[in-house]
Amino acid sequence: METQNIYLPYLMQIDKVSEDAPFVKTFRLKFINPEDEANFSFQTGQFGEYSVAGVGESTFCIASSPTRKGYIECTFRKAGRVTTALSDLEEGNTIGFRGPYGNVFPIDEWKGKNLLFIAGGIALPPMRSVIWNCLDLRENFKDITILYGAKSVADLVYKHELREWDERPDVKLVTTVDPGGETHDWTGEVGFVPTILDKMAPKAENTIAIVCGPPIMIKYTFPILEKCGFADEMVYTTLENRMKCGFGKCGRCNVGKTYVCKDGPVFSLKQLKQMPDEY
Amino acid sequence: MERKLLTKDSYRSLITKLIGQNYQVVAPVKKDTMIDFLKISSFDEITEDYIVTVSSAKTVAFPRNEKLFDYEKQNKKLTQQDYDFDSIPQSVLIGVRPCDAFGFHSLSSIFCWDSIDKIYTTRLERTTIIGLSCNKADDYCFCTSAKGSPGSTAGSDILLTKMTDGNYIVEIVTEKGAKLVADFSDLFTADGGADKESLLAKVAANFSVDDVLAKINSKFEDEAFWTEQAMRCIGCGACAYVCPTCACFDIQDESHGGKGHRVRCWDSCGLSLFTLHTSGHNPRENQGQRWRQRLMHKFSYMPDRLNTIGCVGCGRCSRACPVDMNIAEHCMSIIEN
Amino acid sequence: MNNLQQKAQQLLESGNYGLIVGYEKGTSGKARPVFIRKAEHASKLIFDESCDQNIAVYLYRQEIKHDKKKVIVANHHTLKSIVELAAENQVFDGDFMVLAFAENGDIIELNTFKEIEKHVATLYHGLTEAEAAMMKKIEDMSLEDRWAFWENEFSKCIKCYACRASCPMCYCPTCTVEINQPQWISVPSHTLGNLEWHVMRAMHLAGRCVTCGQCGKACPLELPIQLLTYKVALDSKQFFDSVAGTSICADNALAIYKPEDHENFIR
Ligand code: SF4
Ligand code: SF4
Ligand code: SF4
Ligand code: SF4
Repeated sequence: METQNIYLPYLMQIDKVSEDAPFVKTFRLKFINPEDEANFSFQTGQFGEYSVAGVGESTFCIASSPTRKGYIECTFRKAGRVTTALSDLEEGNTIGFRGPYGNVFPIDEWKGKNLLFIAGGIALPPMRSVIWNCLDLRENFKDITILYGAKSVADLVYKHELREWDERPDVKLVTTVDPGGETHDWTGEVGFVPTILDKMAPKAENTIAIVCGPPIMIKYTFPILEKCGFADEMVYTTLENRMKCGFGKCGRCNVGKTYVCKDGPVFSLKQLKQMPDEY
Repeated sequence: MERKLLTKDSYRSLITKLIGQNYQVVAPVKKDTMIDFLKISSFDEITEDYIVTVSSAKTVAFPRNEKLFDYEKQNKKLTQQDYDFDSIPQSVLIGVRPCDAFGFHSLSSIFCWDSIDKIYTTRLERTTIIGLSCNKADDYCFCTSAKGSPGSTAGSDILLTKMTDGNYIVEIVTEKGAKLVADFSDLFTADGGADKESLLAKVAANFSVDDVLAKINSKFEDEAFWTEQAMRCIGCGACAYVCPTCACFDIQDESHGGKGHRVRCWDSCGLSLFTLHTSGHNPRENQGQRWRQRLMHKFSYMPDRLNTIGCVGCGRCSRACPVDMNIAEHCMSIIEN
Repeated sequence: MNNLQQKAQQLLESGNYGLIVGYEKGTSGKARPVFIRKAEHASKLIFDESCDQNIAVYLYRQEIKHDKKKVIVANHHTLKSIVELAAENQVFDGDFMVLAFAENGDIIELNTFKEIEKHVATLYHGLTEAEAAMMKKIEDMSLEDRWAFWENEFSKCIKCYACRASCPMCYCPTCTVEINQPQWISVPSHTLGNLEWHVMRAMHLAGRCVTCGQCGKACPLELPIQLLTYKVALDSKQFFDSVAGTSICADNALAIYKPEDHENFIR
């Protein structure tokens, strides 16, 4: 569709719905208009505005990898008004999508390096895009380690993909649940993500760490990475601030003079340390 | 800059003809108890008895509600009706004070960096701004501290300055202005050479906005300063909504049955829920932080990122504020502390 | 130095009090709220007819809510609001001292809610003549004219929420207009959405509005928005004999059920 209206979303059909954890769903979305699909491209780390007509828009990242063509995926937790409305939709429904917005994970710069992915809770989705992106270009990277934790076994998202990663010889997966969140047959770790990370004592040499999770987890994870010798420019994270437009106009998401929607959502720890505590 | 003369009778003819030619003419009008920009249908509705209008001229390009597109839902099918750019009228905005006209520069920088907001730019492109120099000012005005002046032509397409005999000096500022003058050339006569400066209001420059720019970044971390500065502020949206350069907005859906539209509507960084996350976390949780955001945005982020200052010194925010938060005073506190 | 400034200076010097919330001269001689923490700044304080703003909102402001060494300079609007806020458990006995004024200008120290309530009983509670005339003008209108009147007013409202933010009784952290599950009221400021919100607000203030007029004074577009809540206040008095701001025991009309109420839908 030819438009100059930056607010007009693409129409997307919900092609597949999966329920990944309590209140957490993943939609596979396909472009209704083939021209839109042809013109569309994105890179890992970017986000969009998903909308339900009559309800409104909500911001979250694209959870699929740009290497998988023909669709995009998004994962959201039913929380606010829009995510609640999204949750009620089924396969075949049409929703709106604007995007992609924001910067990207610099995976080209990561060539030849080890990758350490650290994710907590519902923050695996932004990570999933970059994980699959890197796995689809597996030969570009050395060791790939994924540490993923959630409150309980039930809260772990993408369980089938976790199994798939676990079975791959070229990926080391560590899963953990918070103390008390384990089931009797749980074989993974028990403990908070930073604690398990400490125990893993990852090597910092030639390694990029990518951290996504709730603010509290991130806050306790950075010092451990520092302790292991990770330099600030070797650590990446994504920020989530409230946004409405996605393109630097609505005035919500800025952290000091940094616009999360344009300069982010991907930041290195080095950048983050220069930003005020406004996120 | 080319100058001409417009007699008061020709001014009336000009406006009457513009209305007759189906221009949307927007002018300061006295409505009930206050003076604001409104669409007029006759010259007599116009008033010149104002320092500035309550709301700013930004409403022609950035109205308080803008329908972005329409949609219709039928079962699982959703169709969208794009914004109708042809529906934006050719407008003439008259009686715009120099501060207000200058404000479009800052506002445009927000709507045009990176992605261009075509709805905004089309509205502005189709608007000819006829400014009116200020012959009086009040205690809230501080344009001269903020790089403006009561007779500044910046931002206007044509600037009028009223002379003591009721006729106007015309300064033709832009091509758009020149076109309008050419279209009605019989109404404009040769410039009489009157001294414009002597007709203007005197606004004392009590500080320099450059000093605010130079100082404000070093104040960011000073929480106690911001808390104290914002103690009086009760956190409403009045200052932002009337400001010619404030662009914060919300996006909302409005629907009835299966039909509806998405709307962009004004919002303000002063409101407590503005940055609230669904999780309950709020990055700017107290009024001090919100007031800091307002000032930092205008005097640090916009200069830094957009190469423009986010305040033109019109004093509107301070007039509208229910608790007299006078922004010029706050600028001076930043310089002094 | 006048007696208020002297008093304030003494209180701050004594060390028993650390903050005085009152009025100072603002832009163009307009009165505005001020926060005085140092004795040497006490001379900024003023109190005259220009100080008609209701400043009770500051009593529960996050930054100073728990500061027990505060003093508030209260005009009659503020006093009534304090009584109503006390009735609704939004402010607490002993958290602040009130400086009020006798008719001859003498300062009256009020330390407990009981004292404030007693003092408020000596004040006039009706509308001013001008306000009463405005009310009458509207009540005398035909239904069509009245609708047209409000339609015109609501068309001007930009939903800046200055009215709500200045009203001491509008203390809800999330207003109905911001609740979006479900969305009761439109957020954009068009005539209908504005009307919905203001009518809702008036209903929420039934029996709670102390008729201070602060909401109307705050409005940059000069909507006489206080008339709506005044109307409900007058109705509360007429039908339920409930006058907000007079009693520190909550009994506002829409929140209390009394066996002698003649509506029986609630039984
Ligand atoms: S901040 Fe205030 S003085 Fe500055 S441009 Fe905006 S309304 Fe005018
Ligand atoms: S208008 Fe005044 S009270 Fe309202 S947010 Fe702005 S500065 Fe604060
Ligand atoms: S103060 Fe006035 S304009 Fe603002 S929301 Fe209230 S009635 Fe509307
Ligand atoms: S509704 Fe208006 S008049 Fe009533 S208490 Fe609140 S501010 Fe005062």
